[in-house]
Amino acid sequence: MALARNSSPHTHGPRSTQWLMQQVLIATVPGLMVLTSFFGIGTLLNILIASITAVSCEAAVLKLRKRPLGFYLSDYSALVTAVLLGLALPPLVPWWLTVTGTAFAIIIAKHLYGGMGYNPFNPAMIGYVVLLISFPLQMSAWLTPGGLLVDGTPAMGPDFISSLKIVFLGNPIDGFTAATPLDAFKHNSGLLVSQFYEQTPQFSQGHWAGFGWEWVNIAFLFGGIYLLARKVFTWHGPVGMLVGLSIMALFNYDGGSSSSNGSIIFHLLSGATMFGAFFIVTDPVTSATSNRGRFIYGAMIGIILFLIRSWGNYPDALAFAVLLMNFAAPFIDYYTPPRTYGHSKSGAIIHRSKED
Amino acid sequence: MSKVWDIHGGIHPAENKQQSLTGPLQTVALPKTLVLPLSQHIGAPATPVVSVGDKVLKGQLIAAAKGFVSAPVHASSSGVVSAIEERAVPHASGMQAPCIVIETDGLERWAEHNAAANYRNKTAAELVAIIRDAGITGLGGAGFPSAVKLQPRQSIDTLIINATECEPYITADDQLMRQRSADILIGIDILAHILGDPERVLIGIEDNKPEAQEALAKALANKPVSEHAPPIEVVEFPTKYPSGGEKQLVQILTGEEVPSGKLPADLGIVCQNIGTTHAIYRAVCHGEPLVSRITTVTGKACSTPGNFEVLIGTPVAHLLEQAGFNEALCPQLVMGGPMMGFALPSTAVPIVKATNCLLATTAQESPAPPPAQACIRCGHCAEACPANLLPQQLYWHAQSKNYERLEAHHLGDCIECGACSYVCPSSIPLVQYYRAAKGEIRLINEEKQQSDRARIRFERHQARIEQEEKDKAAKREARKLAAEAAKAKREADAKTGAANTAADTPSASTEKSTTDLDIVQAAMARVAANKASPQDQRKRFERAIETTAARLAKAEKDLEAFTKDENAELNKEQLAQREQQRASVEQARLRHQEAKNKLAALDNEQSSEQSSEQSPDQKTQPESPTDSDDEPELDRAATAIARAQKNAAQLALMTPEQKLQKQRDSLEKRLGKARTRLAQAESEGSEQLEAFAKAVSSLNEKINATNLELASLTQTSEPANKPAQQSEETR
Repeated sequence: MALARNSSPHTHGPRSTQWLMQQVLIATVPGLMVLTSFFGIGTLLNILIASITAVSCEAAVLKLRKRPLGFYLSDYSALVTAVLLGLALPPLVPWWLTVTGTAFAIIIAKHLYGGMGYNPFNPAMIGYVVLLISFPLQMSAWLTPGGLLVDGTPAMGPDFISSLKIVFLGNPIDGFTAATPLDAFKHNSGLLVSQFYEQTPQFSQGHWAGFGWEWVNIAFLFGGIYLLARKVFTWHGPVGMLVGLSIMALFNYDGGSSSSNGSIIFHLLSGATMFGAFFIVTDPVTSATSNRGRFIYGAMIGIILFLIRSWGNYPDALAFAVLLMNFAAPFIDYYTPPRTYGHSKSGAIIHRSKED
Repeated sequence: MSKVWDIHGGIHPAENKQQSLTGPLQTVALPKTLVLPLSQHIGAPATPVVSVGDKVLKGQLIAAAKGFVSAPVHASSSGVVSAIEERAVPHASGMQAPCIVIETDGLERWAEHNAAANYRNKTAAELVAIIRDAGITGLGGAGFPSAVKLQPRQSIDTLIINATECEPYITADDQLMRQRSADILIGIDILAHILGDPERVLIGIEDNKPEAQEALAKALANKPVSEHAPPIEVVEFPTKYPSGGEKQLVQILTGEEVPSGKLPADLGIVCQNIGTTHAIYRAVCHGEPLVSRITTVTGKACSTPGNFEVLIGTPVAHLLEQAGFNEALCPQLVMGGPMMGFALPSTAVPIVKATNCLLATTAQESPAPPPAQACIRCGHCAEACPANLLPQQLYWHAQSKNYERLEAHHLGDCIECGACSYVCPSSIPLVQYYRAAKGEIRLINEEKQQSDRARIRFERHQARIEQEEKDKAAKREARKLAAEAAKAKREADAKTGAANTAADTPSASTEKSTTDLDIVQAAMARVAANKASPQDQRKRFERAIETTAARLAKAEKDLEAFTKDENAELNKEQLAQREQQRASVEQARLRHQEAKNKLAALDNEQSSEQSSEQSPDQKTQPESPTDSDDEPELDRAATAIARAQKNAAQLALMTPEQKLQKQRDSLEKRLGKARTRLAQAESEGSEQLEAFAKAVSSLNEKINATNLELASLTQTSEPANKPAQQSEETR
């Protein structure tokens, strides 16, 4: 009988790439639930459309590249991209917008660079930025969070049938939209922060950082803590980003003047902060590799996020910040190798190879 | 309790240790055949000291250590050496290597061996010699000769005994500690004594072996207190793979890291495996060389897993049989643990000194690795790496064969523990990539060294040639100048007159021209002398007559010796000799005659004036061209014929064959010399090695060419000899 001759080790840990991807999908559930409870079925529709598009595109490209379909589709990576993009898009965007963004993410941002593991940029963020630049109107139309009292009456989102009509038939959603807290805050001029908070319903009816959005962020934070607990990733990237953002907010918060840039809690619980920290920054393929590198990578994203939020043209800027740092990840890697056992100092890679 | 430190990374694979710990240590039936590889250790393979057919006793030395880093091999049982040949050995490559095969006689007769009475009275060197001669190597798996580790140049303050056994499934050390703690402690005491009783002795053990710890504690309590011996401390630490790696254990127990490229000894630490300490105890206190070890046989493909005290060289199949091995259930058989062990090509390979485990798992137990997916750089490998490397970056660079970056990422510090492969969610065989890359880097470095040496040699060669050219040019220039000077001088001399050439000309242009002039002058002086004294000339002629007469007599006598038995059958050579003899008689007679004639002529013309026509070339010949001879022409012709005959005879004697043979002999002599020089250069690692090798090969070529020519000549030797015979006949 011929004996097999595999290389050591002959035993393998229980984890697989599929398992990791499944964990990420599971961790998005709290955020998805909160989004749905505030903004209706829009996000669910986004995710549904994006998922179908992503899997079809993935299958088509794999077919073109003559790769085994079952093996690659079962890694769930396309699904993760679709879900993340679906979560990031405003609810009830037209279906073709979602399809365009997802197809671009899968075909251009992922497969043209070599597929899973080889893409230098986060595919979901590429899809998002393409849409944001190409279709700014649709991309900035966020619904009014359900339950928000506008002029004394609670805002009601469109019902199920009208939601479908908006998404698939292109019915206008004008009557249901409102400025997000970040948007509102950005356009505050002349009012002290405390006054502004009192006068704007988004803030006056919220607890810490804006009605609805604070809960969305808290939900994503919970999802992130779940992933940390399952050791899907280390704390370095997300904590780096939150610390970077907090420090910027701390130094630029002047106690609430009219030209203030928002408090730490406002920035931490607004927009895509927690979603970005735990679901985008932690994408391993496009981030730095070492723990130190990932902390720096995250911190830089937090800083750039704050810079664009405060002084840029967009109310939120997660996608831009992440893509910019995707560029810088190899550079960070170069200077942040860990200190190897038995070596006195780290960061010596470049000097060593130069000496040779 | 000593403080313990944590190591970076590490994993917690399923331990699976209980299966093999259900029963006591078992013995194995004596196998019919023992196969003992000559290289069971790190270092040079041992050299056999027995031959096929020799009877050997148990514990008898059968292969001696070769060099400092090497270990001898001993017969593990009594019997007969049946073969010394290449056999399959346990190696990851499945290669064959030289082995000594012993057919056992079933008597288990021991060779004479003596226990050291009191090791504390022996010197460290004596004890190290015992350990070395007992063939003890690290029994933990690496197989480094133990004696080498026990002769550190640095002073040692810490002795660490590695009782970690962190690989899953393996329990050989655990079982050993449970059953032979007292012996182990003596072994440790021997080590402590050898190392000059270091300040502390630490036994590092994981917390998953409480029974072994208890046994050690009990033995420690019963151990007689010795005034020299340092206190032995059993240090427990949390179970984590790979805590048993030497570098990792040093870090866990001392908090220090062994600097890259250095040894624990550089930190004043010596690390020994606990199994090795037991072998040392047996060697010192019982005089037994390393002929057996404890091996775990486990895995679900074995119905009765357990630990076995097995003779080194026992075929794996024989040992597996004892553990109820079911071949049909086992897709892959591993020697060593599941993390670092290697798959065996067959069950025919022997158990060697480093075999701590045979792992016969079923397909369910350790399924074949799934196909590798793309690396998503999740970084779990970096989390698990005990050396704190970036395995995903190493993988990236290994794939692209970027060796510079690999070295910059400290690939060389990878201990190949397999933790990264274990955790990789994409099941990439990372360690395999690192092994391959390490091998290639080693190869590249070797090639680089070689090419560097070749370059230096070439440069020196070029420099030498240049220098030679320069020297030659300088000589040429000097010679040219000298020639010009000589020419000028000759012209000047010619102008001053040819008459006074004899006495003067002390002109010194260059040495060479003066010597040339000297020769001419000397010749002229001789001529003048000849001219000057007819009395001397007469005397010379008289002397010549005497010698020629003597020579003639001798030649005639020699010829007579030949002619006496003329009727006897003479071979070609003898015939030729006779002819030569005759020719020389003839010549001697002619010379004698000539000398007489000359004397007569001199007498005749003594009063009359002698013409000075003698030329130097005539002078060199004894015969003089005196016209007064009756038949001078005839005489001369006779001499010439005689000489030709002699030459022909000599030629017949010395055939081209002989000439070539002579040539070949001298070539062979030169070859011999060149070879000894080459050997010397090899042993000294001289840089001229290649030049010598080239010389030898070119000499070989020449000899071959000569041999070829010779062969072709012997084929045509008959026609080649004919001309000589013909010349004889024409006479």
